[in-house]
Amino acid sequence: MQSSLLGSRSLNSYNRAMETICIEGLRKTYRIYRKREGLKASIKGLFRREYRTVEAVRGIDLSVDQGEFVAFLGPNGAGKTTTLKLLSGVISPTSGTARVLGHIPWRRENAYRRRFALVMGQKNQLWWDLPAQESFRLHQQIYRIDPHDFATRRDELVDLLEVRQLLGQPVRELSLGERMKMELIAALLHSPEVLFLDEPTIGLDVVAQHNIQNFLRYYQQLKKISILLTSHYMKDVVALCNRVVIVAQGVIIHDGSLAGIVDRFSGHKVITLQFADHNLPHDLEKYGEIIEEQPPRIKLRVEKQNVTSSLGAILQRHPIEDVSVEDLPLEQVIAEMFSIARQGHPHELETSSTSDS
Amino acid sequence: MSQITWKDDRALLATLQGKIATWGTILRICIEERLVYRGDFALGTLMRFLPIVTQIFLWGSIFQNVAGKIAGYTYDNIIAYYLLTMVARAFSSMPGLASGIAGEIRDGSVKKYLIQPIDMIGFLLLNRVAHKLVYYGVAIGPFALVFFLCRSFFPSAPPMETIIAFSASLFMSFLLGFFLEAAIGLIGFWFLEVSSLLFVYMLFNFFFSGHMFPLDVLPYPWNYVFEAMPLQYLAYFPAAVWLGKIEGDQLISALWIEAAWILFFIVICRVAFRRGVRRYSGFGG
Repeated sequence: MQSSLLGSRSLNSYNRAMETICIEGLRKTYRIYRKREGLKASIKGLFRREYRTVEAVRGIDLSVDQGEFVAFLGPNGAGKTTTLKLLSGVISPTSGTARVLGHIPWRRENAYRRRFALVMGQKNQLWWDLPAQESFRLHQQIYRIDPHDFATRRDELVDLLEVRQLLGQPVRELSLGERMKMELIAALLHSPEVLFLDEPTIGLDVVAQHNIQNFLRYYQQLKKISILLTSHYMKDVVALCNRVVIVAQGVIIHDGSLAGIVDRFSGHKVITLQFADHNLPHDLEKYGEIIEEQPPRIKLRVEKQNVTSSLGAILQRHPIEDVSVEDLPLEQVIAEMFSIARQGHPHELETSSTSDS
Repeated sequence: MSQITWKDDRALLATLQGKIATWGTILRICIEERLVYRGDFALGTLMRFLPIVTQIFLWGSIFQNVAGKIAGYTYDNIIAYYLLTMVARAFSSMPGLASGIAGEIRDGSVKKYLIQPIDMIGFLLLNRVAHKLVYYGVAIGPFALVFFLCRSFFPSAPPMETIIAFSASLFMSFLLGFFLEAAIGLIGFWFLEVSSLLFVYMLFNFFFSGHMFPLDVLPYPWNYVFEAMPLQYLAYFPAAVWLGKIEGDQLISALWIEAAWILFFIVICRVAFRRGVRRYSGFGG
């Protein structure tokens, strides 16, 4: 009894030491001015304003350990960016607590601000009219980076991202992809232990996206930092994150592995059948929804529990050359989840699923 | 004990050195940024001298119809006064400061000051110092030329104490102008659009800083009302000091009052920033 108590305590303290981000019951509500359409409403609004309360984050609990690369997914307006703003101390919560590296973010202590970084794909933090190297120099000063460390890190990052020849060019003359690389360098110069990435690949072409992904993967594995990423590109998430947190309507509806999403939220599988000739049978609809028909191939969406019986029946009745059973594509599962969440029933998803987290 | 104090001193010195190096870098980068748009900057600087020419002609024609003095000012006095307010305004005017702050709040770029270990107001102050240094670097030539051409309007050079008080009043007018406009810009945390407010302020500033006419020409009790306001320190006060209109104890107490106004607006800026950030919703994604 004594030893097990001791054991659990030391395990707890070990967990706490590994824990980088700890959020409990975080809520944020905004009061938003509601303006009805038209000039008459505008004039009315001068005298009496209608406000409505928006619950951007409605009680989030989350724990992220050191070295985790976590994707934060959700439809627009789900509360992802609000959560990142709370964790980076830009805004204060309505209620709840959060600790990042032991600091309460919205106190904005310099000691905390020197240990994390936020990169926003849609916002530029570099000096627009000056070469990026000047912004780096300024970061060296405001983050109090030792000159030797600064030079080493800058050179390392510049070489990894292959932007050495662009250092002297004004930021406004860089392409979007080049600028994002510079933003990342600026954000990483002070060697943050936690990195928040808000859609870092937004608007980039496939090659630039791929470069940024490669860099982030390499850098995260090298430095073992914790990264929280929001992105609308599933490719980013698949390439980078081993854990996915899905937010909808301000609450977390999934926290676990990427593969777990399909297991949890998709009640269907896709059966692809290849027939011997181009004459497809007409009774396939009774086994499931036909989602693609390209004779001699056909794709059926079949409920999970019926896969075996349906497949058995089809194989018995029809000459089949090839068959495969797959999960629904991830994008499709997530899109379905988002659409259910958008209809205002995130709790339906929460309760209907079996937990894997 | 003494060892701890020594260590503390050394740590303090290191912190101070770090801060000075940071300020130096910010200043250098802001200066570099100012120098990017050379053409626009040079044109803007030179255009500032145009109004003085129109003022000289305007008052010339007024004094043609009025013999002697207007409210104690001769034609020469008035021109000297205008030239001096022009110098004062080169220190106290802050083009784009308030609207810039409000704009940053509205479009969300104010976030960088909340995320990075940097003080927004301190940063903007250094940025403004850089603006002014570059401006003086370019404008000193035209200023010297105008003052040389207009030297006959000035009485003989004032005593050293007056020159020191004048220099102090210029330096303080810079600080007052900065913190006053920064405070207006920070209202952006409450009202996203401050341009109308800024327009009203500019209008008041134009009349009651002494930019349009010397404040002491106003009849009683208005002259006292406007002399009690902080705006007079932005243009009227430095000019009045140079021209010997405020001297002795009155000058000392006026400088103290100006310092108190600066302190007042520093406190306002700090409180407004702290409270504003608390109610800030992080606009713009």
